[in-house]
Amino acid sequence: MTRIHVNGRDYEIAAEADTPLLWVLRDTLGLTGTKYGCGIAQCGACTVMIDGQATRSCQVPLDSIGSADIRTIEAIDQDAVGRKVVEAWVTDQVPQCGYCQSGQVMAATALLKQTPHPSEADIADAMTNLCRCGTYNRVAAAIRRVAHA
Amino acid sequence: MNALLKIDLSAVMPLIPDRGVTNLSRRRLLGLGAGAFVLGTLLPAFGARAQAAAAVKPGTRVPAFLVIGQDNTVKLLSPFVEGGQGINTGLAQIVGEELDVHPSRFEVECAPPGPDYAILNGLRLTGGSFSTRSSYEVMRRLGASARDMLIRAAAAKLSVTADTLTTDDGYVVHAGSNRRVTYGELAEQALALTPAENVALRDPATFRYIRQPMARLDVRAKSTGKAVYAIDQKLDGMLYAAIQHAPVLGTEPERVSNESAVAAMPGVHAVHRLPGAVAVTADSWYRARKAVETLEVTWSKAPATGFDAVAADYSSTGILAALKASDASGLSAEKDGDVAAAFANAAKIVEAEYDAPYLAHGQLEPPSSMARFNADGTLELFVPNQMPELFQSIAAKVGDVAPDRVILHSPMLGGFFGRHFAYGSSNPFQQAILLAKATKRPVKVLWSREEEFKMDALRPLSFSRFKAALDKDGIPIAIKVRTVGEGPIGRWFGVTAGGKVDSSAVEGLVEKPYAIANRSMEYVKFAHPVTIAFWRSVGHSMNDYFYEGFLDEIADAGGKDPYQLRLALLENKPRHLKLLETVARMSGGWKRGPYEAEGGKRARGVALASPFGSETATIAEVSLQKGEVRVHNLWIAFDPGSIVNPAIITSQVESAAALGLSAALFEELVYKDGRRQQHNFDDYPILSRSAMPSVHVEIVESGAPMGGVGEPGLPGIAPAVVNAVAALTGRHVRSLPLAKAKLGV
Repeated sequence: MTRIHVNGRDYEIAAEADTPLLWVLRDTLGLTGTKYGCGIAQCGACTVMIDGQATRSCQVPLDSIGSADIRTIEAIDQDAVGRKVVEAWVTDQVPQCGYCQSGQVMAATALLKQTPHPSEADIADAMTNLCRCGTYNRVAAAIRRVAHA
Repeated sequence: MNALLKIDLSAVMPLIPDRGVTNLSRRRLLGLGAGAFVLGTLLPAFGARAQAAAAVKPGTRVPAFLVIGQDNTVKLLSPFVEGGQGINTGLAQIVGEELDVHPSRFEVECAPPGPDYAILNGLRLTGGSFSTRSSYEVMRRLGASARDMLIRAAAAKLSVTADTLTTDDGYVVHAGSNRRVTYGELAEQALALTPAENVALRDPATFRYIRQPMARLDVRAKSTGKAVYAIDQKLDGMLYAAIQHAPVLGTEPERVSNESAVAAMPGVHAVHRLPGAVAVTADSWYRARKAVETLEVTWSKAPATGFDAVAADYSSTGILAALKASDASGLSAEKDGDVAAAFANAAKIVEAEYDAPYLAHGQLEPPSSMARFNADGTLELFVPNQMPELFQSIAAKVGDVAPDRVILHSPMLGGFFGRHFAYGSSNPFQQAILLAKATKRPVKVLWSREEEFKMDALRPLSFSRFKAALDKDGIPIAIKVRTVGEGPIGRWFGVTAGGKVDSSAVEGLVEKPYAIANRSMEYVKFAHPVTIAFWRSVGHSMNDYFYEGFLDEIADAGGKDPYQLRLALLENKPRHLKLLETVARMSGGWKRGPYEAEGGKRARGVALASPFGSETATIAEVSLQKGEVRVHNLWIAFDPGSIVNPAIITSQVESAAALGLSAALFEELVYKDGRRQQHNFDDYPILSRSAMPSVHVEIVESGAPMGGVGEPGLPGIAPAVVNAVAALTGRHVRSLPLAKAKLGV
């Protein structure tokens, strides 16, 4: 059993030590807002916050997590910055198919929590998640909207 | 186990009522030409049907489409599947306009299989940029019929005449007595009434919802992780399945050397052999995947050489060479004037060969499917798909149940771009059925991204040879094209039998608006051994690049500016002229360059395209940075004739532009030694934020018949970019992607 701390709650997980956090979230805990896209940390669909850092959960083995504070998209409403990010996403009508957007929102929230007024370079560095619908310009616009609010 | 079934359109026919199949005036109304996603060529296959469940007239039975709750909520069962294109919102606007319910109060979900939903001339599919334009009238009429039924029910309830009643956003109102009744209170009685034959539609001048940039219904759910896709669904007692497909398509598992060791791995239920694959079922997907990737499989030998199967030495370079070398005589896709005479009198002749690679869809949601055999003998499926009745009919055969015993759920798609039509072994649902049967448990099959790169059906690698004759003034007087290859309509809908041209192979090369009097367009069918697909904008995705790229070569050869040449060739085409002038204005006036700008020299290219009943004009601005093409701006003037939601149209054009640019710059799925060389997004790069240009979209409503929206923004991107690169470097790139071209700094 491995104890992890997700969205403010403790969970005992029975899984192999190398099981990626992504699959623990999705298949064990049923937190399917975090998406599987590539499994090799290329696309960012699986982004969660671990101790406030945007992290690609497909590359985080269960036994590496320890007592870290994991936040997923399901807890986005519990975060003041996260709520603003969601409102900006709605205002700018960012999502199309929407599949990457949980990860985009988590990456943007982590960025804005650390850097409330990011430069264009900060946005470029932080927002490397792939979007096959090409919503990149709206993602950036929504982040600027939060930064300038 | 039985082999995976190939698509069989005849199997779906009994499920579709036999009516309105070939209706020329309807085709004309939809603005369909031979170059569109041509149901006119697709549909004769249906004409042979003798009888069908013809009792239902698609799109008319109100209760099949609308569920109005007592709490006054409105659920719309849509003939279409939502995959990012915004169709759910658009339909809510169209139905809501006539029903008199604000679109934001609609819940929209994809309807189950059934004859009511075959509203596309007796067919049902989500694709071809057809959804809105094919259903606009039907959905308006449906909303108006429902409103009329609600009014009639209210008249009975209130004991007044119907003509004294009006409606107000979900209420029937009797002004005389100041009474209001919710639709919810009336729904049960209303939906039992017979729809009137002729209901009046709203005067478009009074539209409140149609033509407005209304917010999408799904944006908040998609911004908070609450949207549910196929991959997110779960069934009680289900097993997870992971797959290892044969490395070479068409080979089979012969021997598994470590089967018992793998069967003993944690959580593993069983090891399975499937057609062209091995599978592991387990109590979690990660365990299933680890186990299936541990299997040591000996696969049967691929045939040695040739193009009739994926051979051991099959390669992209090999098939391109074969397409180029083909000397087969072709079918005429278009012919006009006296081409031979024009070439005999030419002052100058221009020739070029263009090609484009295989492409993966790369939708971000990897394919999955769930199957469960229920105690009552039904087979229940949760399957990403663009054509429910067809999947239902295939599932019935694979599961050995009657089609009407297949319950098919069509979940929201995490991107599709053509990925989720039925492509033989390229969809996982048949595996889910076979595994559910074998394990007697519900099964969810999920393909890893690597398996998806192995099995995705591909945009076909394509080739065309061009030749143009110029007069002494540098004006093209004749053009010849020879296209050798295969399109997905021919492959999957069998319409090229009997020597018909596959429109999906030549669209974008024929029916051009330019005044070039002498034309000869020839098509040679050359079948690919690999699984080919519809891919956003289909034949236009490469052919408009070929044609518009070559047109710039003609301009250069004739000493003409490419924009001015297009203006001259479109002298009698006001719709196209307007778009060209619009896109030029949007970009601050046409200038080809090169010119100095921030960060170095830039240049611009222009391209037109006429995909799916819409018209586009595109200008791209590029520079070279360390030999790589950097696109700074894309300006797109887009004329879909008439519109429903300008905000969604703008988003769709932006999205199509991004995908078009991704393909133009980066994408190439390469075959070598019978195997695909790309495995994931690390070796198949797609457009990232760092390469995303500014995209400027302007909608021009010409009032022409409504055209498509989801795909048409794409085809103009590659040629505009390539033409800009030519302006910058003097070199016309005739093969995509640009990333492989060695461009000087």
